[in-house]
Amino acid sequence: MKKTTGLFKFLAAIVFLGIGVFVGKTFFANKYSEATIPMPSTMQYRNVGFTTDTTQMAQKEDFNGKVIEVKSGSSIQAAVKEANPGDLIRVFPGTYSENVYIDKDNISLQGVVINGKWPTLDGKKKINDAFLYSGNGILIENFKIINYKGNGIMGQAGNNFIIRNNWIIDTGVYGIFPQYGKNGLIEHNVLSVIADAAIYVGMCDNVDVIHNEVFDNVAGIEIENSRHCLVENNYAHNNTGGILAFVTPGLPIKTTFDVIIRNNFIVNNNHENFGAPGSTVAGIPPGTGILIMAADDVIVENNIITGNDNAGITIVDLTNGDPKANDPNSEPNPDRVVILDNIMYNNGNNPTGELKALMLTQMDTKGPDIFAYGGGTGSTIRDKNKYRSFGIDNYGPAQITDTKDITTFMLPEPVAPRSVSDHELGELTYYGICAGCHAFNSRLIGVPTNIIQAIHNNNPQGIVDYISNPKNLREDYPEMPPQNYLSDEAKMAVAEYILALKE
Amino acid sequence: MNKKKYFLQFSVLVVLAVILSFLVAGKKVTSEYEEVFLLTNTCPPGFKLNDKNECVAQNLYKLYTTENDPGVGGLKSALPKARDGFSPQQIDLGRYLFFDPALSGNGTISCATCHIPSKGFSDGLATSIGMNGQKLDRSAPSLWNVAYMKLFFWDGRASTLEEQLEGPLFASNEMDNTPENLVKTMNSFEEYLQMFAEAFPNRDTKDQIKLEEIYTALTAFETSLISLNSKYDQYAHGYQSALNKKEIEGLNVFRSFVARCAECHTPPLFSNQQIAIIGTPEPYGLPLDAGAEIPFKDSTLRGGFKVPSLRNIEKTAPYMHSGNFATLRETVQFYTDGRGHAVPKGEQLRIHWHIWEPNLSDYELDRLVDFLKTLTDESFIPKIPPTVPSGLTNAIK
Repeated sequence: MKKTTGLFKFLAAIVFLGIGVFVGKTFFANKYSEATIPMPSTMQYRNVGFTTDTTQMAQKEDFNGKVIEVKSGSSIQAAVKEANPGDLIRVFPGTYSENVYIDKDNISLQGVVINGKWPTLDGKKKINDAFLYSGNGILIENFKIINYKGNGIMGQAGNNFIIRNNWIIDTGVYGIFPQYGKNGLIEHNVLSVIADAAIYVGMCDNVDVIHNEVFDNVAGIEIENSRHCLVENNYAHNNTGGILAFVTPGLPIKTTFDVIIRNNFIVNNNHENFGAPGSTVAGIPPGTGILIMAADDVIVENNIITGNDNAGITIVDLTNGDPKANDPNSEPNPDRVVILDNIMYNNGNNPTGELKALMLTQMDTKGPDIFAYGGGTGSTIRDKNKYRSFGIDNYGPAQITDTKDITTFMLPEPVAPRSVSDHELGELTYYGICAGCHAFNSRLIGVPTNIIQAIHNNNPQGIVDYISNPKNLREDYPEMPPQNYLSDEAKMAVAEYILALKE
Repeated sequence: MNKKKYFLQFSVLVVLAVILSFLVAGKKVTSEYEEVFLLTNTCPPGFKLNDKNECVAQNLYKLYTTENDPGVGGLKSALPKARDGFSPQQIDLGRYLFFDPALSGNGTISCATCHIPSKGFSDGLATSIGMNGQKLDRSAPSLWNVAYMKLFFWDGRASTLEEQLEGPLFASNEMDNTPENLVKTMNSFEEYLQMFAEAFPNRDTKDQIKLEEIYTALTAFETSLISLNSKYDQYAHGYQSALNKKEIEGLNVFRSFVARCAECHTPPLFSNQQIAIIGTPEPYGLPLDAGAEIPFKDSTLRGGFKVPSLRNIEKTAPYMHSGNFATLRETVQFYTDGRGHAVPKGEQLRIHWHIWEPNLSDYELDRLVDFLKTLTDESFIPKIPPTVPSGLTNAIK
């Protein structure tokens, strides 16, 4: 009896517990609400000279825009269209098959991952790019991006960008590709199965690429024709080439210099090369850990570089590295490369092509930890004897021991848009647009400017109203097309400029 | 002193002009007063006159700065530095010279013969026609926005406009002139003697016209041809309704890394001013044009040509260096037909890495054409002089 009571009590407890959980879940848990909405953590600027111990910020943008939510079944692009600079677009779990383009400044796009479910952009191998942006101050975080033809995220001339926490698989040519941007952060992204570079920093300045995982790509991380870049704490494995710093000839920006490759794991990058024929990376031999081609002032420090079957670090000039393209304005040699402490072993187990032939001339069947071939001067190395190497006989001892003074290459404050006075805006608009039809005191197509002055004397708003909604007032002149493409600010600036204009 | 002289000369000229026009008007009631070639003292549209009598380029792209080198892509990007600062008189004199067949050896061809304003400053021909109907090897490049260019000719062999214009002026199959004869001819026209004296006031008014002055005036006019107010530009400056849905789709194809158009045709100039080998076919029967290989004496540049700007591209058919493609649609089709597909057998061209197989759909190609047509803007097209100072016939209307 006692036993039975005990068992009963136990069962009852279980049942009540079950009911409790059920009731609790039903009445108190709302799957899709959160206690707090994480604001987009826009860029924060640390004062130069602060130690890393402080949380003090020199400058930081406060969020005061509006929040636009995108739920499964609706369009992210529609939200971008609605958004104004400073706004946050929050995208909830669901599959979005679209190309999102952002031709506005200061827009944040934030995926909301719930219960392991990601907002997913799926290009279905039909759509070119997931995100294309040209604005400054763009933030893109927490998205899963799959099956695009071109890029996961591509930027064109946008400064002050943040791209982070994205999970990108097979998005075509590049995963994350900021081009022509200054001052950016690419962190905590995971990228795989990209046919060129997973993370490609192209013709940029002052970009940090940190804490990313890149694998199963042709190139893991590529710093190309870019300056002042930090590649740190990344895990690059099973790519054809792990981390690359190089100059591609024939581009309008000709140089790569001031690059630090530090504290990365660059392991087993032996994937077969599936790059598109003719692309620069198609020539990278499988088994390449780090590749430095024609880039100057690259520092390689404290990396773990193991299991790369061709060579741990390859340093080449353009003639040997990329003999396809020619550009007399690209300086072809890697100069002043600095190799500091790195852990390297088990590299070169299966060298290919040119390197294999070269090693055979040394009576060696293995590739080296460090392989330098071709031109270049001023390169140095710390503790040269540690590594198996080829072609670094002319490397002198390194003049530095570490780069700990450099914590970031991002700028201490955002790149500011050029600010122009109203007068200047008015002047540029008048001569750049209005002057096509209006001369000061003679007739071109429209009425002379001095007549406009007489009509709208002291009344710039009159001009603004007219150019927004012109009326054909004169039979002897053609009707003016509305100038609605000008911003309100530009309309008022040009109206005031016109009224103040003297011949 | 010089300035005083110039003013004196100018006022005498004005008085003479007025008297002459009265005389002419008195005799015949036609619009013959254009024959008095007075140079304007105002800048063409897109330029502001400064206090040194220089025309300075002004446009909305001056609102932007790129921390990177200018002219390399994106919407709100700065342009490269313009070649500007010519006087209104020099620009206007250049306009007359540009349309005057007196610049050619036998007085039959002007610059405008091959650079026709209404045809995007090209001529609508696959390859241009030169002296005595000779068929030339390449098509006439557009002159819009050359103020921002650093490389001239299809093969990029000139780096200034002055250097460039010597080419057609003195090529025997083009304008077939010689420097000596050009100077002699120009100095034989009283009208030009006066106009040059006015456009170049820092010398004695009785001085002969110099070759450099002819070059400067032509350069001044060419650099005044500005096209930066297209629908695309309105979109780029922030007016999101400037382009319709299809045109925006086209823009997104254009700048995507699948089609990669914008990689070489970088906004806002729509050229990165580099030499690129893309392997376009020659029209039937023509041998491969070696392009930049010849002037640069570099076999790796075989088949390479300057990346042309795409502004007003709608107006300059047919396309490519020898005009093999009649329409924009055929032209964009070329880029998706496969890397090197049109390279003649036995040629080993170093095709540019951006030429690949983007597998663009017909729909995407149509949208690209839609977008390219948004780059049309001829709002600052210059006036064609009805008559030219030499008295020769200007056939271009």
